[in-house]
Amino acid sequence: MIQLFKMAWRNLGRNRRRSFFSALALGIGLMLILFLAAFIQGEMSASIDSTIRLLSGHLQVRANSYDEVKTSLKWADLVENPQMLADQIATLAPVKAASPRLYATGILAVGEETAGVRVVGIDPLSEASLPYKEGLLEGDFLTPDDRDGILVGKALADQLGVKAGDPVNLSVNTSNGEVAEQVFTVRGIYTSKTYSIDSSFVLLPLAKAQAISQVENHASAIFILLKDKNQVDAVAAALQSSQYKALTWREMNELLIQLENMANSYIFIFYLIVLGITATVIINTLIMSVFERTREIGILTAIGMRSRRIMGMFLAESSLLAVGGILIGLVLGFIVSAVLGKYGFPIGQFKMTGILLTDRIYTILTLKDAVQLSVLALVVTLLAGIYPAWMASHMEPVEALHGGK
Amino acid sequence: MEVTRTENVTRIYKTGTVETQALRGVSLSIENGEFTALVGPSGSGKTTLLQLIGCLDQPTSGKVFVTGKDVSQLNRNQRADIRRGTIGFIFQFFALIPTLSAYENVEMPLLLTGTGAAERKERVTKLLEAVGLADRSHHRPDQLSGGEQQRVAVARALATKPSLILADEPTANLDTPNGKQVMETMTRLNQETGVTFVFATHDPRVIQYARRVITLRDGLVVQNPSGNP
Repeated sequence: MIQLFKMAWRNLGRNRRRSFFSALALGIGLMLILFLAAFIQGEMSASIDSTIRLLSGHLQVRANSYDEVKTSLKWADLVENPQMLADQIATLAPVKAASPRLYATGILAVGEETAGVRVVGIDPLSEASLPYKEGLLEGDFLTPDDRDGILVGKALADQLGVKAGDPVNLSVNTSNGEVAEQVFTVRGIYTSKTYSIDSSFVLLPLAKAQAISQVENHASAIFILLKDKNQVDAVAAALQSSQYKALTWREMNELLIQLENMANSYIFIFYLIVLGITATVIINTLIMSVFERTREIGILTAIGMRSRRIMGMFLAESSLLAVGGILIGLVLGFIVSAVLGKYGFPIGQFKMTGILLTDRIYTILTLKDAVQLSVLALVVTLLAGIYPAWMASHMEPVEALHGGK
Repeated sequence: MEVTRTENVTRIYKTGTVETQALRGVSLSIENGEFTALVGPSGSGKTTLLQLIGCLDQPTSGKVFVTGKDVSQLNRNQRADIRRGTIGFIFQFFALIPTLSAYENVEMPLLLTGTGAAERKERVTKLLEAVGLADRSHHRPDQLSGGEQQRVAVARALATKPSLILADEPTANLDTPNGKQVMETMTRLNQETGVTFVFATHDPRVIQYARRVITLRDGLVVQNPSGNP
């Protein structure tokens, strides 16, 4: 075995340039798929991170009968005395912030322009509202006792042509099935760096949202952020009660997770295509090598080397090429992922709702992806080496000794 | 004791629709320890006969025996097994592995037979000394002269202590002094070890070393001094 690899190493060294470029082709292919995996991982991580920070939190406590899709405002579907409950939850050690939120549907109108919006009543002083405060582009943030201030997302503000200080008319569905209407002043323009939220969410102080939607001392949910995401299941279990349910971010974002898993499955086909293309370079290199060394194969056969061993010799060459290519690919892949992990990869503003996509993806190359894709590259390359190796091992000695003629 | 025997072997090559009969029914026997030349003009069938005896090829009809075993219908791997333990080859074009040193080239057949490291080292060193190349053992073929390469090939052919060594035009690519040196080495080793040598040649300077000369013409044996089998 050692002799086979020694011969394989020396045979690759006969044409160093060709061997190097063959390995480089594989390396570039691997770098490409490592980058892709890191990009997807970064996108998924950013998407989940944005969803947790802005939409779902790590956990939410809701009334058992509350349906997020229907955005019910019936008191029976809401949490009663939400601030008291939030304060109790906040005393738990793993909890970083717990804040009541009210969700309602409405229409924002400016002159002739109108837009359907999701009205979110937040506690402006809570740490849970920080992402919106940090995203303030223009104007001022809300205060708890603000009676006519509203925060509008940048995309929505651009669409309606409003700026901080402008009046807007907000119509909101109420708990008794009617519509309440009021003129608000755009207190500030914010960005969450996601089009989905910036184009549809308007923020009010919780007290104002409760008043206009006539829910009094109720809220849709208690929005909870944890110090450690891994504690989510334990805290959810502790918060379950007969009256309320505690939902984890995974439960609240099943569709997102399923979409991401589906994307990962489909992207595997792309990985195979890329590696398949680079494998053709390896096949070509090895076939050329077989033809160049036909007489040598004849000599080895003449001195008694069996077909299997000849095949093993060429497979040893393809495995050395694979290892070289994988090392190159890993180095390049790590460099690219590290640089883009630090500085981000700009993707622009995707006007897509349903998934929170930021305008810049920070790549994350996991050890699992690096190992899995390296093994995949090795397997594909070894498979590519089978045909040339088989060709070499099935040459008739006399023909091979005469150079294949 | 007989080392190899052929019984009415023929070999027909087909290239498209053209058939070439390289051997037309050759029967002969080679005894242990012989130093025999197969001679004849180009196209007489010398190389083809060597290839059949050496299990590199199979006869179209007839039988070939090596150390008493019928090798006529063996498959590729079975023939490789016969060659590995029993037959050594010396080719016209030296046929060394270019990426291996002289030492490693001689060692290769021993690796294929699974010989242990200590025994391999002893055998290879002894053989390189026998062909006068002990001080060149770490040189690769491109660092050796033609004559030196051919002597390495002789050493390699003897590595596994074969019963039979087949040499196809062993001096064809060598100048006279080197050719002479190679033939003298082969003669000496035949006398010292008793290994049977059969070589194909049309070079009169080489034929003179043979103790028996079998002449072929147009695929048939026309002269066989030791008589028929």
